[in-house]
Amino acid sequence: MARSDVQLMLDVKAGDDSSFELLLRKYRTPLVNFLYRMVRDSATAEDLAQEVFLRVYRARQDYAPSAKFTTWMFRIATNLALNSRRDGRYRQLEVSIDQPAELEDGPPAFEVPDRRPGIEHQLIARDRADRIRRAVESLPEKQRAAVLLHKYQEMDYDEIAGILQCSESALKSLLFRAYETLRVELAPLVETRRAESQPKAQSRRGEMRS
Amino acid sequence: MNCEQLQETLVAYLDIKAKPSERRQVAAHLAECAACRVRAEQFRLLWGVLDELPMVPPSPAFDAAVRARVAQEPRRTSFWNWARPAPRLAFAAAALVVLSLWLSSSVPPARQQVATAQQGSEAEFRMIKDLPVLEDYDVLADFDALSDLSAPPQAGSQLEHPQM
Repeated sequence: MARSDVQLMLDVKAGDDSSFELLLRKYRTPLVNFLYRMVRDSATAEDLAQEVFLRVYRARQDYAPSAKFTTWMFRIATNLALNSRRDGRYRQLEVSIDQPAELEDGPPAFEVPDRRPGIEHQLIARDRADRIRRAVESLPEKQRAAVLLHKYQEMDYDEIAGILQCSESALKSLLFRAYETLRVELAPLVETRRAESQPKAQSRRGEMRS
Repeated sequence: MNCEQLQETLVAYLDIKAKPSERRQVAAHLAECAACRVRAEQFRLLWGVLDELPMVPPSPAFDAAVRARVAQEPRRTSFWNWARPAPRLAFAAAALVVLSLWLSSSVPPARQQVATAQQGSEAEFRMIKDLPVLEDYDVLADFDALSDLSAPPQAGSQLEHPQM
């Protein structure tokens, strides 16, 4: 039976470094992605993610399972990301919705493969991904963090509110404003998706009638 | 519920995490407000669009960098660590205990020692019981059994019977 994150952390506290290795493997990708979207630079994101793991390891002796492990870890990550930008230690990018992509060279790593053949579809998919990335990265920091934790980490409201240190009702309003901004910014992509989904729905209805 | 109040509950409604009472209020508002109905539908579509953003894997050197930084951390020792024996010392102590147990098993069991002590005390008791007889000289003088004892062998008198 797999050990919970809290149990793994308690094992690290007891001196079992192999449990820390398990936590590293489990959370390196979500953490690097979260920080990447927060600071908009892959090298900085990796540097900060290393710092998060280091702080988790340093805090092992004083660790007490009062909150979910992910809440604690992502709170460290969020604070580091916000502080790094405020300190100006890292490159600050003014992202425009029309700015060409510069961060993700090469094909996207874990993109769902497009079953339709042809380079044209790949280019379209990449262009869409670039627009989404720029729209997300253009959000104000707190809204961006809320969207990343809600949409990509699939956390519950109480957990996100704990990380961002706000009330649940404030978080829900924050998420609404963020998604409203994205809805406007990404309106063409939303419309394309609606157009793509309609024929499927119509054909499904047609199949049901026949 | 009006359009402004919807802001706090729409995301939870679409997540299917709204409370039942909130859910009913949102559904009632969406039924009568076309603008919010369109917005709610576009939020759903937007979430599908956001799924198109690819995940970025950490670089191959990421794990090694974390391990290297963790390895540089000082290993803090607990206050109670002094009570924990070093592995070699613990092994030596355990070996000593095993050896002691093995040696103690090779001596006679305690039950045998008790039996020997009981036999000794019975012989002593019999001697004490017969002590008045043994100290009575009249009895000893007529004790025929003593006359049957043969004299120590001497040269030239081996055929004579000693007279008491």
